[in-house]
This record gives sequence, C-alpha cells and structure tokens, in this order.
Amino acid sequence: MRLLIKNPQDFWSGIIFLIFGSGAILIGRDYAMGTAGQMGPAYFPTAIGALLLLVGALALLRSTIRSGPAIGRFSMKQAALVLSAPILFGLLLHVGGFLVAIFLLVLISGCASTRFRTVPYLALALGFALFCVLLFVVLLGIPLPIFGTLFNF
Amino acid sequence: MELLDHLGIGFETVFTVSNLLYCLIGVLLGTAIGVLPGLGPAATIAMLLPLTFNLSAIPALIMLAGIYYGSQYGGSTTAILVNLPGESSSVVTALDGYKMARQGQAGKALATAAICSFVAGCIATLVIAVFAPPLADLALEFGPAEYFSLMVLGLVASVILAAGSLLRAVGMILIGLLLGLVGTDVNSGVQRYTFGRPELFDGLDFVVVAMGMFALGEIIRNLENEIERNTTTGKVTGLMLTREDLKRIVAPAFRGTALGTVLGILPGGGAMLSSFAAYSVEKKVSPNSAHFGKGMIEGVAAPEAANNAGAQTSFIPMLTLGIPSNPVMALMIGAMIMQGIQPGPAVMTEQPALFWGIVVSMWIGNLFLVILNLPLIGLWVRMIMVPYHFLFPGIIVFCTIGVYSLNNSTFDLYLMAIFGLFGYVCAKFEMEAAPMLLGLILGPMMEEYLRRAMLMSRSDPMVFLQEPISAVMLAVAVLSLAAVVLPALRQKRAEAFVE
Repeated sequence: MRLLIKNPQDFWSGIIFLIFGSGAILIGRDYAMGTAGQMGPAYFPTAIGALLLLVGALALLRSTIRSGPAIGRFSMKQAALVLSAPILFGLLLHVGGFLVAIFLLVLISGCASTRFRTVPYLALALGFALFCVLLFVVLLGIPLPIFGTLFNF
Repeated sequence: MELLDHLGIGFETVFTVSNLLYCLIGVLLGTAIGVLPGLGPAATIAMLLPLTFNLSAIPALIMLAGIYYGSQYGGSTTAILVNLPGESSSVVTALDGYKMARQGQAGKALATAAICSFVAGCIATLVIAVFAPPLADLALEFGPAEYFSLMVLGLVASVILAAGSLLRAVGMILIGLLLGLVGTDVNSGVQRYTFGRPELFDGLDFVVVAMGMFALGEIIRNLENEIERNTTTGKVTGLMLTREDLKRIVAPAFRGTALGTVLGILPGGGAMLSSFAAYSVEKKVSPNSAHFGKGMIEGVAAPEAANNAGAQTSFIPMLTLGIPSNPVMALMIGAMIMQGIQPGPAVMTEQPALFWGIVVSMWIGNLFLVILNLPLIGLWVRMIMVPYHFLFPGIIVFCTIGVYSLNNSTFDLYLMAIFGLFGYVCAKFEMEAAPMLLGLILGPMMEEYLRRAMLMSRSDPMVFLQEPISAVMLAVAVLSLAAVVLPALRQKRAEAFVE
C-alpha cells in the first residue's frame, strides 16, 4: 500500500472528497429528486456529490502516479488544546459566566504553546477577562452574563 | 456630470462627524490587528465584525471597509519591518521591503508603501465610480442563466488563480458548494443535511466557517513550530523620500495600479495575485532586474500599489452583481445581509447613499491611512513586537466572542471548533480554504439560478448556450480552464508562482 501511494497529500485529499461526495449522495437519497425542469431538493447536491466522487477518484489515481511531498506530523496536543478552548467557553458561559469562561479560555489555549509559564499566563488571563468584560459587555452592550448561575446564591 | 452627482451623494453621506469617525476607527483598528503577524484581512474582519452589530448599515459598512484597507496596510508594515507577511498579498512586499529595512531604509520603504497605496487607492476608487454604474445596468438585464454562468466563470477563475493543486482546488469548491446547501431548501421547505439540529436550519454561518478555517486552523499550524521571531526592529527613521526616490517609484506605482485594478475584479484574484503579477512585471521591465530582492524601492512600490488597487476593485463584482470575488468580499456580503441589504445590482439605484457612501469612504479611508500611519509607526512597531505566544490566546478570545455574538449560540462555537479541525487537516494536505469559502457563499445562489433557468427553459439545458452573454461567459470559463490544464502552460503557471 505504502509503495503504491506516491503522493500522500493527493491520496488523503482524495479520501476526503470521496467521503463528502458519497455522504452528499447517500443522505440526499432521503430527499425528492425531481426532474431537470422541476428540481427537487436532492437534485443539485446529488450532482455536486457525483462531481466530488469524480474529483476524489482522480486524486486517488494521481496519488499513485505522480509523487509528492510527505505529510508532516499532526500536532495533536496543540490542536486539542486550541480547539477545546472555545468549546469549553461555550459549556461554561452560562454556568460560570463570561469572566470565568474567558479566564479559562486563555489559560487552556495558552497551554498549547511551548512557552507556557504559569504566572505570566495567569496574569494574561485575568487581564483579558477584565478587558473583555469592559469592552464587550459594558461598552458594546453585547448580552453576556458576567457571572454565571454558579454565583447565584 | 453624472459622476460628480454620484460622488456628491457619497461625500454628503460620509461627511458627517459620526461616519468619518467610524471610518477612522475602522482604519485604525484594521491596521492595529493587521500588523499582528499571521492575521490576514479576512480573519481581521471576521474578528472585528461584532463591533459593527449595533451600528446601522452605512456606518457599519464604512467601518468594515476601513478595517479592510487598514489590515491590508498593516500587513505590509509587518512584511517590511519583520519579514513576516501577515497575509499572502504582502509576501512580495517583504522581498525588497525587508531588505530595505535591513539596510536602514525602513522609513523609506514604509513611506513608499503608504504613498503608492494611496495613489493606487485614489485611482481604483475612480475606476469603481466610473465603471460600476454601467456594469450594474448590464447586470439588471441578467436572467438566471446569465447569473449561473457568471458564477461558473467565477469559480473556474478562482480555481485557476488558486496557488497549488488545481484538482484539490476544484474539490474544495465542490465541498464548499455542498456545505452551502445545508439548511432549509427555499423551494420545498425540506431540511437538508441538518442532522435534525434546529441550529442548522438557517444554514452554516459563513463567519463561523471562516473563523474556524482561517483563524483557529492557522493558529494550530503556527504553534506546530514556534520559532523565536527577530524582534530587533529598532526605531524607524527617515520617512522622507528624496526627489530621486519619487522619480523611481512613479512608473512602477502606475503600472502596479493598472495591473491591480484589472486583476482585482477577477474572482479569486484580488490583492494577492495583483501584487505577485506587479512584482514580476517590474522585474521584467527594469534594466537592473538582478537587483530585485536586494532592496529595490521599485519592488515595494509596484506590489503595494497593485494590492491596494486590487483590494478596491474587488468591490466591483460585490457591489454591482452581489457576487463575492474573494473571502473578504464574502464577509462583506455577509455583513450586508445581516444589515438587511440584499447585495446586487439593485443596491445602487435603491440605496444610492449607501453605495456612493461606501465608494467615497474608500477614498477617505486611504487618506486617513496615509496621514495617520506614518506618524503612528512607533505604535505599530510595538504591536508587532508582542510575542506570538501571548498573542494567540487573544485571537482565540476575539474569535470566540465574535462567533458567539452572531446568534448568541454556543452551538456555533462547537461548529467553529469542528471547522478549525477541518481547516488544520486541509492545511496539512495542502487543500486551500479560500475556494471552499467561495463555494459556501455561492452554493445556494447557484442552485437557485440553475433551478430557475431550467424551469424557464422547460428543462432544456441549451438555454445556457442560447443566451449570448451566458454563452460567452461559459466559453471563457471552458477556454481558460483548458488553457491551464494544457501541460505547456501549466509549467509557466508554476514558474509564475515561484517568482
């Protein structure tokens, strides 16, 4: 298998195209197809899905013919930290409140850096939390709870 | 003179204290965020979008336009001072600009960039004022077949102009078109690809996808190999250009402007392609082409003029046809729709104050940039010196708040994270995000026009060839695609991008 794939970038992008293409067609089977003159909701996505299958197949084919650069290592830790920060913000916003959510968002995403040091980042997180409350809630009037339900006694 | 009347309306709109202030704030904020390394105009606008939510349509768009030029200009400043172009369009500026800075001519390079951008901005604004009305008149005659073919042409052009693999760019466009179809089908009311989530019934929000792909995906990539940046920029002095310098930059500035004006109108082109093209033209024309890349003032003047001209004229298809030619314009369209304006040829006749206000504000914004930015250079230098490991949590904070405040929905945050992951994966496989975002915006429009055209022609696909304008556009699309796929020309394209 490894010998066959000369261009891993083409190979994996081909796989992604095939997934999206077949997904569009398979899920689209639940919707009405219609005719060319009276297109149903499935008509256009099915056509695009078919084109994607074609592009995906071409990419797979090309990956066995033309060689290309290898794919670098995925930085799983950085990706996990950076992406979990906004998710955690969403989960915490109503419970802990805006101030707490921003504070933790900065700390957690900060851990993704190799230069993470506890004290400076604690200060940074506190600074950002206060600044954002001032800018977005006080000045711009965006409706965000400064303190969450956790602080209601 | 009709042109003067139009510009008069524009000046009347812009010359109120509050609108001038919003233009100024936009330009300053745009520059401040734009100088931060690694943040291009699209990410900057997406991040600052929530600031305009409480404004009415005219000041909101004036401010967003200001943010756009500001970030463009900020990107060049970073390129010159620290050789870290924040966006692809200033990559070329870094070649000679950074060399000039190393030779102690940072001030000269910055002044050249400012002056050339201003000249180009003035000319491009006039071009918009002259050519937008006839184009909008023409567009009013367009039926569904013409619109569909125009979008096909636009997508083909964006594939051809995209850097990297053609095949992958096509694939990304198709994925974008599919993602654009998520939500309620306007004709049948059927919920498509929503997996039963009510949050998806209105479709995927462009800003959510753009922030995920551009901002988060990019941050993960930057964190992969954190390198110590050279922050020893020192003080910038000598902002004045000599008569000799001015003589040297006149011709390149005008050539760059001309190229940028034309290329900016093309879909997928805009600022980046313009600056690349302008640089290679200067290199060919110049008698001392060997000195390029070693600190030639012409090598700063031409691409800076070109990218600013291109940035301005990319507004033409957006304002007259309602079709975005690049992700930044797609964001502008998103902002207009949020303000309750349906972009298209009707905007000019129905809301002349808005249309001409935006056009005139472009000129004012450029004026602000040239007057303010050189004196403020010390401030921008300090912004650039903020180390990246303190900067990126802040970017994530702004993206998060921006996305949340779109619909006050935490679901959008989870979506953004998903697209951040997808963006990172795509970047790893060198699949470009920009064509996908173009597809995302055009998807629902294309489907709608295709449906209408086929309905009106009683399911005869020949309608696209029988309407002359539509046939011409499709022919251009097919010919240009064929030209690129032919191997001989493909080689040239690769060379052009290497330069």
